[in-house]
Amino acid sequence: MDRVSLIDRVSQGMKNLLVLMLVLLTGCAQQQLRGTGDLGVVIERAAGRIVVVDSSAHATLGTVEGLGDLSHASVVFSRDGRYAYVFGRDGGITKVDLLTQNIARRVVQAGNSIGGAISQDGRLVVAQNYEPGGIKVFDAETLELLADIPSTFGNNGQRSKVVGLADLPGNRFAYALFEAGEIWVADLSDPKHPQLTKYCDIGRQPYDGLVTPDGRYYLAGLFGEDGIALVDLWKPEQGARKILAHYGRGEEKLPVFKMPHLRGWAVAGGRAYLPAVGRHEVLVVDTSTWQEVGRISVKGQPVFVMARPDARQVWVNFAFPDNGWVQVIDTLDNRLIDTLAPGKAVLHLEFTPKGEQVWISARDDNRVMIYDTLTRKPVGELPAQSPSGIFFTSRAGRIGF
Amino acid sequence: MKSLCLLMCFSLAMQASAQSTAEPTPARQHELIRLVRQDCGSCHGMTLKGGLGLPLLPDSLRDKPASSLAATVVHGRPGTAMPPWKTILAEGEAEWIVSRLLTGFPKE
Ligand code: HEC
Repeated sequence: MDRVSLIDRVSQGMKNLLVLMLVLLTGCAQQQLRGTGDLGVVIERAAGRIVVVDSSAHATLGTVEGLGDLSHASVVFSRDGRYAYVFGRDGGITKVDLLTQNIARRVVQAGNSIGGAISQDGRLVVAQNYEPGGIKVFDAETLELLADIPSTFGNNGQRSKVVGLADLPGNRFAYALFEAGEIWVADLSDPKHPQLTKYCDIGRQPYDGLVTPDGRYYLAGLFGEDGIALVDLWKPEQGARKILAHYGRGEEKLPVFKMPHLRGWAVAGGRAYLPAVGRHEVLVVDTSTWQEVGRISVKGQPVFVMARPDARQVWVNFAFPDNGWVQVIDTLDNRLIDTLAPGKAVLHLEFTPKGEQVWISARDDNRVMIYDTLTRKPVGELPAQSPSGIFFTSRAGRIGF
Repeated sequence: MKSLCLLMCFSLAMQASAQSTAEPTPARQHELIRLVRQDCGSCHGMTLKGGLGLPLLPDSLRDKPASSLAATVVHGRPGTAMPPWKTILAEGEAEWIVSRLLTGFPKE
């Protein structure tokens, strides 16, 4: 080997090393270690896309496309807070890695779906479907189908739309059947052999449901009549009963242009704050007696009635055509303390994990507004295309989210 | 591009006024399309393939008379979740929406 070629080889080797180091360096820069506790997801409903956001930095980390029809999308999180399961209207379930902003898995499991839930142990993801009506159970890791439970009721094989799916302790799930007027509890502790408990004649047209944060009570809001169906899951033998019956006092209700939503966030400080259907009111119920203890007049028909995590405030948004407003209730004396106009078509709100800020989506202004909950002044804003739902990973650790 | 768009809007407007006086203006049509996709969409789905409400695609509506569908939009269907839109929509606007639903609803 002569001298020239030796130098050539050495310099070639150096070059290779340099290239390798560069690749390693940029690789490291892309995958800096970080947690997910302050991450979340904003749905861009028209684009079939989600935005991964950082609620500490008020920043967008990236977007993920190709999630199908997100016109009624909801999200649950893996218990390590790394993956978001996005349920789309078209029956799609997409498992998104928040850290890499990639799709880890995706299945289309129904024709028309309305949301989903994740089990207490984080191993099962369950979808609630309108068409074909029922729930389907998937392995959270692989999205492999484990069980299919049709919502068949009555004698002619009819299937009901499923609403209000909520995870319960013991890998159980509660949900309501819209047409059937029933509440079902599915025990999935052995997912291949689900055990069903059915509560029949709970009231007409349940539209959504919630489980209290302690996992004890399941409530289904009724659309077809005044009142809310309640099951004490610690005393299942007592069956379902109705609370707040006749809250409309026989008055004709206003046209309902959008169905309200229920979740465990309605329960705060020993009280539940519930939207009155077809009325400009929030109903206040004592959760030890389940008696009405007050009602608060608000600007429109409530859609989301959400307690700040410390339970001192309740924030409310409204159905069309009052959907430009958000109102704030002080729970100490159940009094309105603020009325905000965050933008056109406010669809959703989400508190940061400890509630010092709230993110609010204004669909027709193509932005998400961020408010300080103490001063109730805007402290930031992010652009987003027709944003709807906002979901933070702090949901991962809560029953019923 | 802009002038082409203007031209198209103009010819649409001409057509509209030629057809019937009840036809919504192009600007209002734009609003109605958004209303149907977004706000009717909360029950019927943004793609109108159904949700809590029935599908509003041409195939699913074909056999139903336009006048009764328009009446459903204006007066709602008591006992179901379909609300009356008469405080928001004029009858002519409901008819316009139904005629577009029957032929395939425009995208936003
Ligand atoms: C709050 C939910 C809701 C909203 C919002 C809503 N609908 Fe409906 N709509 C329904 C339901 C539920 C039905 C089915 C009623 C029944 O069972 O007969 C329906 C039925 C209809 C029908 C009759 C379909 C058929 O095949 O007979 C038409 C047309 C219709 N809706 C149009 C509209 C339009 C246009 C809008 C918006 C301006 C709208 N709907 C908004 C719930 C809704």
